[in-house]
Amino acid sequence: MTVDPRLLRESATFPREVLAEIHRAADEGLYYIRGFGTKRKLPTFDDLVFLGASLSRYPLEGYRERCDTSVTLGTRFASKPIELKIPITIAGMSFGALGAHAKEALGRAATAMGTSTTTGDGGMTEEERRSSKTLVYQYLPSRYGMNPDDLRRADAIEIVVGQGAKPGGGGMLLGMKITERVAGMRTLPVGIDQRSACRHPDWTGPDDLTIKIQELREITDWEKPIYVKIGATRPQYDVPLAVKAGADVIVLDGMQGGTAATQDVFIEHAGIPLLPAVRLAVEALQELDMHRKVQLIVSGGIRTGADVAKALAMGADAVSIGTAALVALGCNRPEYVADYHALGTEPGFCHHCHTGRCPVGVTTQIPELEARLRPEQGARRMQNFLTTMTLELQTLARACGKSHVLNLEPEDMVALTIEAAAMAGVPLAGTNWIPGRGGL
Amino acid sequence: MITVDLAAAPLRDLNRRLHSLPANTNERAWRITNPKGAHNIAVGLTQGIEVTIDGHVGYYCAGMNQRAHVTVNGECGWGIAENMMSGVVRVKGNASQAAGATGHGGLLVIEGDAGARCGISMKGIDIVVGGSVGHMSAFMAQAGHLVVSGDAGPALGDSIYEAVLYVQGRVASLGADCIEKEMTGAHQAALARLLEQAEITADATRFRRYGSARKLYHFHTDHADAY
Ligand code: SF4
Repeated sequence: MTVDPRLLRESATFPREVLAEIHRAADEGLYYIRGFGTKRKLPTFDDLVFLGASLSRYPLEGYRERCDTSVTLGTRFASKPIELKIPITIAGMSFGALGAHAKEALGRAATAMGTSTTTGDGGMTEEERRSSKTLVYQYLPSRYGMNPDDLRRADAIEIVVGQGAKPGGGGMLLGMKITERVAGMRTLPVGIDQRSACRHPDWTGPDDLTIKIQELREITDWEKPIYVKIGATRPQYDVPLAVKAGADVIVLDGMQGGTAATQDVFIEHAGIPLLPAVRLAVEALQELDMHRKVQLIVSGGIRTGADVAKALAMGADAVSIGTAALVALGCNRPEYVADYHALGTEPGFCHHCHTGRCPVGVTTQIPELEARLRPEQGARRMQNFLTTMTLELQTLARACGKSHVLNLEPEDMVALTIEAAAMAGVPLAGTNWIPGRGGL
Repeated sequence: MITVDLAAAPLRDLNRRLHSLPANTNERAWRITNPKGAHNIAVGLTQGIEVTIDGHVGYYCAGMNQRAHVTVNGECGWGIAENMMSGVVRVKGNASQAAGATGHGGLLVIEGDAGARCGISMKGIDIVVGGSVGHMSAFMAQAGHLVVSGDAGPALGDSIYEAVLYVQGRVASLGADCIEKEMTGAHQAALARLLEQAEITADATRFRRYGSARKLYHFHTDHADAY
């Protein structure tokens, strides 16, 4: 008997993906753990546009007039602040989550572009220190591989309080990625499903954080900039507390931020998007008269030079990219398609970093797969991507008449949706209305 | 012996001076007076020097220590010898929370009691406590030894990995995945060596050993109620 399609009505409450997830949960009795980042539709920088120059504003001449992109981070207390040529940094991703080739490729590209890379849960590898001129050392709750010698040879220290993909949660790395080398660096048995702590073991709350920051400064003789990374939840409170605790730089990670392995429910249902988070953080800094004195790096869903330009226009000093960097290295590229199929996915849909069997060799510890990403080739792709983003950023800044990308401002933009206008605090296009602030 | 009076000299200058010592320094014995509970005293030391602190110290004293021998003639705040890599840190009095947290190596001796979370997330350090330890001690402890001559508070060794715990007194309760294990002659000998190194007088045969049941090493739905 044939089915009459006119009589098929999918439930809005129980669409096919919800049914499938309930079936999976009933079969397995465990939450779904996966990589990548949120897949749901969220308000993003795409909902903002630049106004560009007109009769009331002069643009800069694209080929003749300079549009500077340099940025200095850590000017508050550190005796050796970080000077970057571009305001696009590489976010913290662990060796373990990523293979050594991917880490090396990111380091080489960042060095060539005059920007920084960041270690991750699990400590610093020789390869990444060697390949990265400017390396930020993450100080995480797990303290896996935490070594004072590495602290001293880092260029900045990032205390991770939370991350956008899982604010309030700790790291995870499933057994297939806990190889002998990874296990050795983390002092763990080989092959276990590793769950990192979500709270720091030796401090709780902002008053303790003040003392912890002082300890790190004392150990490194007050040389290194100290960043505090927070997942975007309540930046209006977290930013002032981090400033009070003595941070030089705040890293704010929106809910679009990626992860190597986390519960799907966490990725999709915790945290706020970067769009409102940036505004809240900038307002908090301005209220303290600390905007530009404590620098703000934002991350979570930055994919293009346009995203960078919009983040800077909203008041950020720099951005950080994670998932986009992996995509530049080859993540979800339509190559080795049979291996995507073996994971039960397709290029374009893959979020299987947690399996350790990355078809393109980015998030794997398996030598045969890792060989698919040659560090030189990865570095070239990454460098090309960073160059493209920077050119896009400069294109938009010049069009707004700015000789430095940090001169972009909220007044250069309007919003295409009421939601984006409210979240970003810029007027809805064609009006001077910012929801929540009056106007018509 | 070089004496630094913290009532007169800024802490930052002291730490900087200690950091700048070369490996072959002649300035091997230091005495610090008037610590008055200051935080971050003698942190990040790298040379095999002797540092004696006369008085009470605040948070993170001797944090991330490498090679140095640090003695506190007093009580100490949170995180004494946190993330220690090597060397010896001795507290003559009591220690507050998170003593020896995440330590990778070396020996931490607390002659008095230690507060909650002693040895949290320890990664190879040996900790010997003359008195008792508070709740959640050795939480997520990965490697190394925690020796408790007195009692242990609730949830000892919760989510423990491969660290080895020896307790002489009463254990209020064990945390998730922590179990009592057989105390063999080899364990007693190893414990006796640790007690001797720590200069803590106790009979190794009277201790019980605790460690990981290794049931939570892999995520499984049947373990959901363990957390
Ligand atoms: S292609 Fe590799 S890096 Fe990209 S989502 Fe799949 S497993 Fe992860």
